[in-house]
Amino acid sequence: MSYLPYVIAAWIFLVGLYGLITSRHLVHLIICLSVIQSSTYVLLVAIGYRTGAAAPVFADIPPGTPAVDSVVQAVMLTDVVVEVTVVALLLAFAVQTHKRHGTVDPDQLRALRG
Amino acid sequence: MTALPPLPVAIPLAVAALLAGLNHFVKRRASSWIAIATTAINVWFCIQLLLQSIPNTIVYWFGGWQPRHGIALGISFVIDPIGAGLACIAGVLTLAALIFSSKYFDSVGTLFHVLMLVFLGAMCGFALTGDLFNLFVFFELMSAAAYALCGYKTEEPAPVQGALNFAVTNTVGCYFLLTGIGLVYARTGALNLAQIGRTLDQQPPGALVIVAFTFITCGFLVKTAATPFHFWLDDAHAVAPTPVCVLYSGIMVELGLYAVARVYWTVFSGCFSASTEALRGLFITIGTATALVGAGMCFGQRNLKRLLAFSTISHVGVMVIGFGLLTVNGLAGMAYYMLGHAGAKSGLFLCAGIVLHRCRSVDLFELKGRTARLPFTIAALICGAAALAGTPLSGVSLGDSMIHSAANRHAYGWITWISLASGVLTSAAIFRFAAYTFAGLGPDTPKSPEEPQKTEEHPETAPGDASTPAVMFVPAALLTFAGLFLAITPGLENVLVRAAQQFEDHSGYIRRVLDNVPAPMMAAPAIPHEEFAHGLLTLALAIGLSLLYLLWERGRHSLNAAAKAVQIIRRAHSGHVGDYVTWLTFGVAGFGLAALLLLR
Repeated sequence: MSYLPYVIAAWIFLVGLYGLITSRHLVHLIICLSVIQSSTYVLLVAIGYRTGAAAPVFADIPPGTPAVDSVVQAVMLTDVVVEVTVVALLLAFAVQTHKRHGTVDPDQLRALRG
Repeated sequence: MTALPPLPVAIPLAVAALLAGLNHFVKRRASSWIAIATTAINVWFCIQLLLQSIPNTIVYWFGGWQPRHGIALGISFVIDPIGAGLACIAGVLTLAALIFSSKYFDSVGTLFHVLMLVFLGAMCGFALTGDLFNLFVFFELMSAAAYALCGYKTEEPAPVQGALNFAVTNTVGCYFLLTGIGLVYARTGALNLAQIGRTLDQQPPGALVIVAFTFITCGFLVKTAATPFHFWLDDAHAVAPTPVCVLYSGIMVELGLYAVARVYWTVFSGCFSASTEALRGLFITIGTATALVGAGMCFGQRNLKRLLAFSTISHVGVMVIGFGLLTVNGLAGMAYYMLGHAGAKSGLFLCAGIVLHRCRSVDLFELKGRTARLPFTIAALICGAAALAGTPLSGVSLGDSMIHSAANRHAYGWITWISLASGVLTSAAIFRFAAYTFAGLGPDTPKSPEEPQKTEEHPETAPGDASTPAVMFVPAALLTFAGLFLAITPGLENVLVRAAQQFEDHSGYIRRVLDNVPAPMMAAPAIPHEEFAHGLLTLALAIGLSLLYLLWERGRHSLNAAAKAVQIIRRAHSGHVGDYVTWLTFGVAGFGLAALLLLR
């Protein structure tokens, strides 16, 4: 089996991390967080993938047909739902930050230090 | 089989949903009462679970999906005394925080109570579950509620920034965790902790398992606030409402460590059994760094809440050491320490809340001599600090002695000095606060350019109380009292040692969950006696240090010179979220590298 999906997942993770660390804008920063999250989608779906297998919906295919792993797909969907909440909350914080600090550049947020 | 196990999760979540739905119809006071009653019921259920789990671990399969032929099909709650006990602490602290805040927020709607109940439900689920992915989901739910509570005062600048740092750092930790879970699933095809453990036992640990171990452990260590993952904690504590800080310091951070221990003992301890010694060194290094960084930063703080936050980091470091010894007595000591710390630190945070309510500030230099009209609160503050230093009979003191005796047996005797340094510096900082603000001892405004800047701390309440309301003082006093005299509970150390034994019994846990075989009773190991001397020495040194700082000018100057060494560490606490994530990344990379070198 191919290692390509795993390499891609790792690459997306690292790119997101790099973007997050060097970000100069909170919205960009939060989207970078979503990018990191996308790497977990790729990883999970790649783990469950089987060459030539059908989707794990047995409504119109006979039982016993090879199917991709449904557990990781369920895990991935749960992950999407959970993370939408967090990203929405974070974007709300970004809006509030703009209102209270007058900036969305993390370098210029000065309320907390030491 | 009873339907008891899911209730501590289901009830708070259901009531929270109801309260949120009826937001516009329920009065603030009514919602406060509903939340308090729900939490009280929850505590009662958790205590029932705790009592039932002491003789034997409870295994509950949702929907009755029992394992077939030793293969787990469904999702389980696996409840042992340590998990159930943590759920109890979560309930009790939430109850205290809700009672405390019933007079606290005058202007908030019901959403505060909704978030608190969600937080409670998620923490209970986290402590009770026996499924790795469930652990992640409850972790995220708990985190989301915590972020929202942290940034509750959105009309001020500091809370928004603190909540943002907290949320971004912890979410990155969550992704590391999820990646780790994915890798474990790829290797074992299972999400049930026992099932993963059994599958991994049958194969040598490869690089994939070590990487998965790194990601999962580091993901939880972010929540535990172990160095270098701890930077979010002081920001979050400095800005969160004080009753919420009680939950952060008293239980949420500890739950992170609980998960590290739970996953290690159920999943990885079998396949890493050849390299226990190396892992012990790794965990103890992390714990030592955490204890020292927290203690060093703590003494230099001027904001009481931030000071207490660094004290939490330092004490968590000692707890990490307790777990990191990877022995029954070490873990039992950690559990005892956690209990004592939960009581004392929650009491201290509630006292800080009272000071903020009555004096409108928690800044050291602004408060000089101004807390003289709060004698009882300051007395409770001093008792809490004494309990954390380890006065005889306090929970921290007995936990500390258990950790020391376990450490001595594995040639880690120098850990005594780490916990001494941690206890002295953190308690001295609180004593200094008490003496300076109550008796007005010390210089007027010892300002120097190196002093940390003042963080804006807006009062959370309407002014006007001529005396401290009982709903605020009673929870603070009771919790401090519990922390101060925990060790008079007869037989508690026996219960905890047995619980730790049950917790660390890798194969017993797996057989109990998958084959429904009750774990055999084992002979209890010898329980160490309490060392009074260590706690008293810590206390004396802490009082001495605080007085030295306040009364002796040359001593203060030399201390300030010593504090220069801490400057480098302090500069790392920049409040910049990118810096925090950089530290986190380096931490994960370092842990992974060390694990790969040590475990191959």
